[in-house]
Amino acid sequence: MADVQFRFRNDEPVGDPGVTVDAFGEQSNASAVRLEPGDDARDLLPHLDRIRLIEVNFPVFGDGRGYSAARILREAGYGGELRAVGEVLVDQIAHMRRCGFDAFAPEVPLDPADAEAAFARYGDVYQPTTDGRAPIWQLRHG
Amino acid sequence: MKILTGNDLKTGAVTWWDGVQWSLHVEDAVDVGEHADTILARESAARRVNAAYAIEAAKDEDGVRPAHIKDRIRALGPTVRADLTLKPADPDAGNWVI
Amino acid sequence: MYKYDTYDQAMVDARVAEFRDQVHRRLEGHITEDQFKPLRLMNGLYLQLHAYMLRVAVPYGTLSSAQMRMLGDIADKYDRGYGHFTTRQNIQYNWIKLEEAPDILADLATVEMHAIQTSGNCIRNTTSDQYAGAAADEVVDPRPYAELIRQWSTFHPEFNFLPRKFKMAVIASETDRAAMRLHDIGIRILRNAAGALGAAFYVGGGMGRTPMIAPCIRDFVPIDQMITYSEACLRVYNRYGRRDNKYKARIKILVHELGKDEYTRQVEAEFAHLLTQNIEPPGAELERIAAMFADPPFEAGVPDSFERSDPAFALWADTNCLPHKRPGYIAVTISLKPAGGIPGDASADQIRLMADLARDYSFDELRVTHAQNIVLPHVRKADLYAVWQRLEAAGLGTANLDRIGDIIACPGLDYCSLANARSIPVAQKISQRLAPREQEIGELKLKISGCINACGHHHAGHIGILGVDRKGVENYQLSLGGCEGADTSLGQITGPGFDEDGIVDAVEKATQVYLANKQGSERFLDTYRRVGMAPFKEALYG
Repeated sequence: MADVQFRFRNDEPVGDPGVTVDAFGEQSNASAVRLEPGDDARDLLPHLDRIRLIEVNFPVFGDGRGYSAARILREAGYGGELRAVGEVLVDQIAHMRRCGFDAFAPEVPLDPADAEAAFARYGDVYQPTTDGRAPIWQLRHG
Repeated sequence: MKILTGNDLKTGAVTWWDGVQWSLHVEDAVDVGEHADTILARESAARRVNAAYAIEAAKDEDGVRPAHIKDRIRALGPTVRADLTLKPADPDAGNWVI
Repeated sequence: MYKYDTYDQAMVDARVAEFRDQVHRRLEGHITEDQFKPLRLMNGLYLQLHAYMLRVAVPYGTLSSAQMRMLGDIADKYDRGYGHFTTRQNIQYNWIKLEEAPDILADLATVEMHAIQTSGNCIRNTTSDQYAGAAADEVVDPRPYAELIRQWSTFHPEFNFLPRKFKMAVIASETDRAAMRLHDIGIRILRNAAGALGAAFYVGGGMGRTPMIAPCIRDFVPIDQMITYSEACLRVYNRYGRRDNKYKARIKILVHELGKDEYTRQVEAEFAHLLTQNIEPPGAELERIAAMFADPPFEAGVPDSFERSDPAFALWADTNCLPHKRPGYIAVTISLKPAGGIPGDASADQIRLMADLARDYSFDELRVTHAQNIVLPHVRKADLYAVWQRLEAAGLGTANLDRIGDIIACPGLDYCSLANARSIPVAQKISQRLAPREQEIGELKLKISGCINACGHHHAGHIGILGVDRKGVENYQLSLGGCEGADTSLGQITGPGFDEDGIVDAVEKATQVYLANKQGSERFLDTYRRVGMAPFKEALYG
């Protein structure tokens, strides 16, 4: 399993690897789960209070289902760690952050300077998400 | 014969493998035989070519002629703008493509 | 017209810097072509047959004269002196160097332009009615809604890697001049019985190898929920659109396979959820945008007629100009389809001339049409003759709007790496052959695609031509009866295909069948719909 390279949280990281969504339903003591692109993030909603880590896997960077999964989880109030794993590339991490990811464990570690530039690239954004940034639409109209 | 073609990474210009380097002219293309994959991998990794691939071609008195019309259009330029082709002064150059 | 504020400008400036960095990383070998390709595509940069190709966004087809002039200057400075206007109201340059692409984007940013999301599996440039703001029949100007969608879709973090590309169109009149129902989402702005503004959503249309006409999934979404509803449509697609087969990945396949009702049910459920998330822009934002699309200062009491003594001018005025909502004004379409020319191409000088005409005669505005022409939307009738004279002198005075020579054609195998056959030479031969009988034949929309991806909209042509590769030889299939307007229909293939000269003969024969069977003022399409395929088949293959 790849190491977490960037983490935007202060709590203690969960060491356990995430179990599959199917296994998670049966293991009432599991607190980490791994979501594959074909999994329905909404299946986890009844269990959010006992989840501390959700790994969302990007087996290939071009499969964008994980972005919707992340937003659905955050919109439902999930406050635990949301970790992007797999083919996580530097040009995608800022968008992932906007969708609610707060930890990144890229299969191939990213150049730290490139990553820092990517996270900081866009000072303002048009759309509201749950990332807490005030969208341009709001900034314009107070 | 089997020849290699691609585009220059920086400029996008169509290029042909001449045995040593990448040429703008299809008539410089050489038969690579069984070595296509090796050359393509090496040249792409060195970023001397982009999106390169091997094609079938024939050698005749006019030079090297790619088997498919697409690569003949790549070799010369758009058939509808003779002025933008590699042979703007030759009004019959387009006949080679078709 | 929309003007950037500091936020919009900062966004495109940051994009230039980001792309410069991405190109640098590619040239230095930090990323592979496989990783770079989606990044350059999301900036409209393709690798085509002869070089890189850059597609520049023209949001909802609207340009100022300064923007148009920049497009001409870029053609000279970075390309080979011309540009190609596309069916999605954009412009493409065919001879771009990767190392110069960031500089082009920087130049574009100085006139509030960009190439953001002009390709890639993301939400593309939103198109609209080319006569927006000028048309007599519009409920409102659709462009403020398209601009709102532009902002919402720009770097939308959730929708950068959709199953496939995603195209939206917005209109606001009953007459559809934007082929709205052939888009992934077509939106028609309208008023309900109570007079409130809303948006009808048509989802799942498209061309390509499986052409579909979008069904209406909601006939009225309150206007202050339009973005939220769009987001719901996209989220359902992003989650459930097919990713196993590129050719079945467009939303039309999802809507078709789920069925309109089930897709709609899922969208409505997502919509109900998203309404709780307060993602809709504030009403003040729409008002801010709409204020920038207020009418230009039209003059009252200007003459509502023009001198028609020059017959060539009168023919052009009658063919290429449309009524305007204001007396004394007229909307002018500049045909980029001279007989024997390359459809949609314009030289740098022609582009700059059109910019000058917009500045001098059309309140600084131009439009690109999905039929690959240019519109001067607000010309005083008193100035029309002067405008025509300048166009005519520059080779832009062709009088053939919606005539058989006004051909939509994709770049085809002369430029495009996906094409199976050349489109342009076929267009050139047809327009040359039939130009002398253009006025007699009347309205006839002919559309040519060089491959099944249908960028030339052949499915929607009254006469459609599809180029295919038959054992290494170009071959052309003919179809009849397509239409993209309010009565959208898809063309039917006539039978076996033709070679390059054969297809030109076949088109001519089809026009002869029409003229022989025409009743009253029927257009080609009307006659075809009445008499059916049989007499055409008989003439073509009998």
